[in-house]
Amino acid sequence: MKTLEEIEEIRRNKRQELDLRVNQNSPTREKHILICHGTGCTSSKSPEILKKFKEIIEEKHIENVRVIKTGCFGLCAKGPIVIIRPDDTFYAMVTPNDCEEIIEKHILKGEIVERLLCKDIDGSKVQKLDELSFYKKQKRIALKNCGRINPEEIDEYIAFDGYKALEKVLKEMTPEDVIKVITDSGLRGRGGAGFPTGKKWELTKAPVADQKYVVCNADEGDPGAFMDRSILEGDPHSVVEAMAIAAYTVGANQGYIYVRAEYPIAVHRFQIAIDQAREYGILGKNIWGTGFDFDLDIRLGAGAFVCGEETALLESIEGKRGQPRVKPPYPAVSGLWGKPTLINNVETYANIAQIILNGAEWYSSIGTETSKGTKVFALGGNVNNIGLVEVPMGTTLREIVYDIGGGIPNGRDFKAAQTGGPSGGCIPKEHLDTPIDYESLKQIGSMMGSGGLIVMDDTKCMVALAKFYLEFTVSESCGKCTPCRIGTKRMLETLTKICDGKGTEEDIHKLEKLATNIIKSSVCGLGQSAPNPVISTLKYFRDEYEEHVIDKNCRAKECKAMSKIIIDPEKCKGCGLCQRSCPVSAIKGEAREKREIDQDKCIKCGTCLASCPFKAIG
Amino acid sequence: MEEIKCNCEGVYKEILEKYDKDKSNLIKILNDVQEKSGYIPLKAQQEISEYLNMPLAEIYGVITFYSRFTLKPKGKYHVAVCLGTACYVKGSQKILDRLKERLKIEEGETTADGKYSIEATRCVGACGLAPVFTINNEVHGKATVKMLDEILDQIDANEE
Repeated sequence: MKTLEEIEEIRRNKRQELDLRVNQNSPTREKHILICHGTGCTSSKSPEILKKFKEIIEEKHIENVRVIKTGCFGLCAKGPIVIIRPDDTFYAMVTPNDCEEIIEKHILKGEIVERLLCKDIDGSKVQKLDELSFYKKQKRIALKNCGRINPEEIDEYIAFDGYKALEKVLKEMTPEDVIKVITDSGLRGRGGAGFPTGKKWELTKAPVADQKYVVCNADEGDPGAFMDRSILEGDPHSVVEAMAIAAYTVGANQGYIYVRAEYPIAVHRFQIAIDQAREYGILGKNIWGTGFDFDLDIRLGAGAFVCGEETALLESIEGKRGQPRVKPPYPAVSGLWGKPTLINNVETYANIAQIILNGAEWYSSIGTETSKGTKVFALGGNVNNIGLVEVPMGTTLREIVYDIGGGIPNGRDFKAAQTGGPSGGCIPKEHLDTPIDYESLKQIGSMMGSGGLIVMDDTKCMVALAKFYLEFTVSESCGKCTPCRIGTKRMLETLTKICDGKGTEEDIHKLEKLATNIIKSSVCGLGQSAPNPVISTLKYFRDEYEEHVIDKNCRAKECKAMSKIIIDPEKCKGCGLCQRSCPVSAIKGEAREKREIDQDKCIKCGTCLASCPFKAIG
Repeated sequence: MEEIKCNCEGVYKEILEKYDKDKSNLIKILNDVQEKSGYIPLKAQQEISEYLNMPLAEIYGVITFYSRFTLKPKGKYHVAVCLGTACYVKGSQKILDRLKERLKIEEGETTADGKYSIEATRCVGACGLAPVFTINNEVHGKATVKMLDEILDQIDANEE
């Protein structure tokens, strides 16, 4: 148990101790070595780097240096990342073998290890984190603490104004005050649909009930999205604090966070955060003597995309099959075990404490007319700087892909960007300058979604992409309502037919008709949005569909049934390497003769392409 | 029907006793069993049914709804290829195809000798390393078909 005074003292002392994390001119002789322990960097062995650093420091009895594990810095493509503070030096792709050199040169002599610096888009080597173009256009609010603090130490969170917002709310504000601030800030749900958060809180506060709940939706199911995971891994206390604030506001005393079991690191760190908060008396009975009770529990998902839908999620928390309920009644009226329940997404919660501390006006000054604040995107696919970016609403797609993302690798062209995962759509080249906010994305046939942003180059077939998403929805449809269960299956069959080169023009019309019907008649958001990938690719890449069904041609050469592998007789020297490499003996020809491919036998595996030293096969 | 007896002396006693006799704990318990046994055996289902006082059919319904739970044991080496969008765009399908070709089993199946099983998994969240596959939860990033073959060759060599 800690009193408010004790917490304030921790904050003061710790803040001073950690000044070098945020102040490059900090008057200290200490140095902190921060090592990213997000999922990406952990997979590329960052825990070993941490161990190695500690060993060297101990062995050489080096003083005034600390090694700290942090959450995600965002630039996952260049991981594992090591940052030295206070001078803010950014080392990329570090291996355990580099630790010795960093200690010897940087820590002991103050020299930069040039070879480990990160190359910027223009090819120049950049020393400091904030000089990298990847970070220049970003504004970090939800990710404020990711990469700054050790997520497993509550004191480090407290040092940077942690739990100050909760204190302010419990001591100085009524629930109505909180709702007003959140409403005025213009914050909207970051899970994808963009429902005004203040309004949701107000709706949940309204009913009179003996029991209410607050829930955090951390069932980040969109393939290619990992924002929520990074927040939970890098700054779990910000979610604990926001949920406590939400509980106070709507009148709940119990909270649940529903996390995917596929995110073991996030679950582990969040559990640590809960335990620490309990130990400090920030969770539990009569918090800080204010009479407010609140406790928090983790519930694990078990691999069902539909559980990201709020009512399916509630069913799953209750231990049942995660099938959505018919709305209304909305969870604000009848949610968990029939009680009024507030459900917000992780990223939404991560903004709350900042809004309370800095005010609605500050928050609403960022962003566009209808979409305020920032949005975190998981940038992935065919783009140079894969990683996590947080930008003000209204930033254009071009800025994200080219200025932050560093453009498309291998000199290829941008073809489309996909937002909103299986519920969203593709944005083609001509809309690259659209400012990203809820409305404008909807207008061009996509949606904000939870924040996955996948870039595709010109080697991707848009019909095959639509098929990929339909495969996903078909396997994730819960089966409760017919349009979704059977409709999406029929759509997938039609798309498969087209990709196999057996489609007709009639099939395209069928797809359109089915799409409209499924959207109109499905029970929940999953079905209502499942046809979106088809609709948006049809809208912008109809010519590709037509090529598939009329010319039987896939220009991206991704649909194998339509691609033919041919040996160019001009270039073939008759070496026979392809013949030997072919797993199905489809290549004919005698020694030193020009070879030919038997198209009936060929399985289009592409092995021969790689084997030919004369590039005669294509 | 054969009488099912369980007074919580069973194999899964340790797991069950961590939780209250509350139906909402079902998924947590199943997650623990899956973790411990690599699948959810009938015996475990029976014990859970007794403990939470709920029908076996209902438990079976929950198990088959969630893709993380399996009724069959996984292989000693469980290879999961990520088919999240970021990995798909970077060619993870080719890795899955090669894996199926090499092991001669389909997704969700286990080889006859119980050595390998394959899963096509959704985003594991390591998109920065796409395409990725995992073997018993160890992530292998920036994967290629060649790399997959090398790793499996290594496992085969070590096993012999």
